[in-house]
Amino acid sequence: MRLSRINIKTLIVTIFLISYAVVQLFPLFWMILFSLKSNSEIFGGNPIGIPHEFLWSNYENVLTNGKVGIYFVNSVIVTFVTILISVIASSMVGYAIVRMKWKLSKFVLTLFLVGMMIPIHAVLLPLFIILSGMGQLNSYQALVLPYVAFSLPMSIFILTSFLESIPRELEEAACIDGCNIYQIFFKIVFPLIRPGIATISILIYLQSWNELMFATTFINSVKFKTLTVGIMQMVGEYSTEWGPIGAGLVVATLPTIVIYSFLSKQVQDSLMAGALKG
Amino acid sequence: MEKMLRNKTAIILFVLPALLIFLLIIMVPILFSGYYSLQEWDGIGPGSFVGFDNYVKMFSDDSGGFVKAAVNSFILVGFSVFIQLPFALLLALILATGVKGENALRTIYFIPVIISTVVIGQLWMKIYHPNYGLLNVFFNAVGLDELAHPWLADPNTALVAVIIPIVWQYIGYHMLLMYASIKSIPTSIFEAAKIDGASNVATAFKITIPLIKPILKVCTVFAIVGSLKSFDLIYIITNGGPLHSSEVPSTLMFNTIFHQYKYGYGSAMSIFIVLECLVLAMIVQKVFKTDD
Repeated sequence: MRLSRINIKTLIVTIFLISYAVVQLFPLFWMILFSLKSNSEIFGGNPIGIPHEFLWSNYENVLTNGKVGIYFVNSVIVTFVTILISVIASSMVGYAIVRMKWKLSKFVLTLFLVGMMIPIHAVLLPLFIILSGMGQLNSYQALVLPYVAFSLPMSIFILTSFLESIPRELEEAACIDGCNIYQIFFKIVFPLIRPGIATISILIYLQSWNELMFATTFINSVKFKTLTVGIMQMVGEYSTEWGPIGAGLVVATLPTIVIYSFLSKQVQDSLMAGALKG
Repeated sequence: MEKMLRNKTAIILFVLPALLIFLLIIMVPILFSGYYSLQEWDGIGPGSFVGFDNYVKMFSDDSGGFVKAAVNSFILVGFSVFIQLPFALLLALILATGVKGENALRTIYFIPVIISTVVIGQLWMKIYHPNYGLLNVFFNAVGLDELAHPWLADPNTALVAVIIPIVWQYIGYHMLLMYASIKSIPTSIFEAAKIDGASNVATAFKITIPLIKPILKVCTVFAIVGSLKSFDLIYIITNGGPLHSSEVPSTLMFNTIFHQYKYGYGSAMSIFIVLECLVLAMIVQKVFKTDD
């Protein structure tokens, strides 16, 4: 009697957990389904089910005619360069703040940390005016520099706490062996903080790959559009053609899903590391 | 070593790149925004200094719709704090008790967090599609035809219709933070509670929730600040429409600046959003502190 009551409780909890998993996953699954359909199939009575005929040409169509191929490459370039600059710049500052001895180190750290509180709304118009005055709208740097700037506070926060946790002995030994400060940083410290760098790289990837407000304001030329803005343009062009739109959405999501399926634990840990400043 | 760590050139070389980017792209432009917000300026030619008129206008002249947008953003805050967070907490509590497939479920629940808002937005527009969307097709299929509705086109339902995906997307994020925090509580505490015969519900309210209060504070701050500056999904799904029914301060600011070319008025809104976020974050810190 008692046992069966417990079983019923477990059953209800399990049903609840699984239904919520379905709620989380079904929209994405549905997106893949309609990316492979034609309009006549969707509007002809099969908006939800498995496609009768898998229309892979939707993907071909959207990558070339829909220019999603270009947007994809732009997103890769912008995201990659942002991660590169941000990782190098923030690990150098992090090292200077945690290990090196100078008067303003505490102040500079605080200044960066204040930056974590600032939403991008506050700088949108001034940056737009500055970039347009310099003729730099519609360029990769119009996105890369702001993305780097807004990733620095979080990256520095994570790297400084990481640097504090690694012992100094290796650096001291390298110094005795005659390394200069630059060799110590690039040959000894940089490899040691790789886990911290992985964490911030994941965060910066998510931030830059998905960013919309800057991208939609600073870029209006197809040549430089990244996926977020490109997808909106593509949706406008295809307006009522669900298949190609779905295909575009799948392409834009694929890299994130691939990264997540290999590194789900690291991705979750990174986002937690980013939150625990509070 | 000591001498090396005081090497001025090295310090400057290490600090300067990041500091320059940070100052030039974040700190200096904020000052510009503050300055613009005191002007009436269309972006062409010189602006005229109007003091705090733009800020007064935001709240007194209702034709601009700022008050309504601010109210909408507080409705979003309400949904986040009173629906999203409790639901995330429920999931975290259940998962952390060690159900079967704990890790797989956690990984699945987290997926929407990492997906681009543009994709989520487009997907939900399709879900809400009046004729072929998931929602109306479902209602028609189960015979509740009268519930099928043009969700995004009706000013009465548009706001809630855009709030749902915003709340849905980040449930997994809050759940993860709470879950990790519960997992860091020593298991001996739960074992002791079990020996004393405490039910799961009693354990949750008497032991787990009080112990994870620090993370609940973090989540509350994130939920509130995130809601107040929310832009992406609303911009994509309704862009504040129809008839400004789903307008929030961020979308109004964006349209005021880039479609109406009221640079001064729009800047005042952006400064207001920043201050509002800071003030509310501070209030939450205070509320949780006096509770301790």
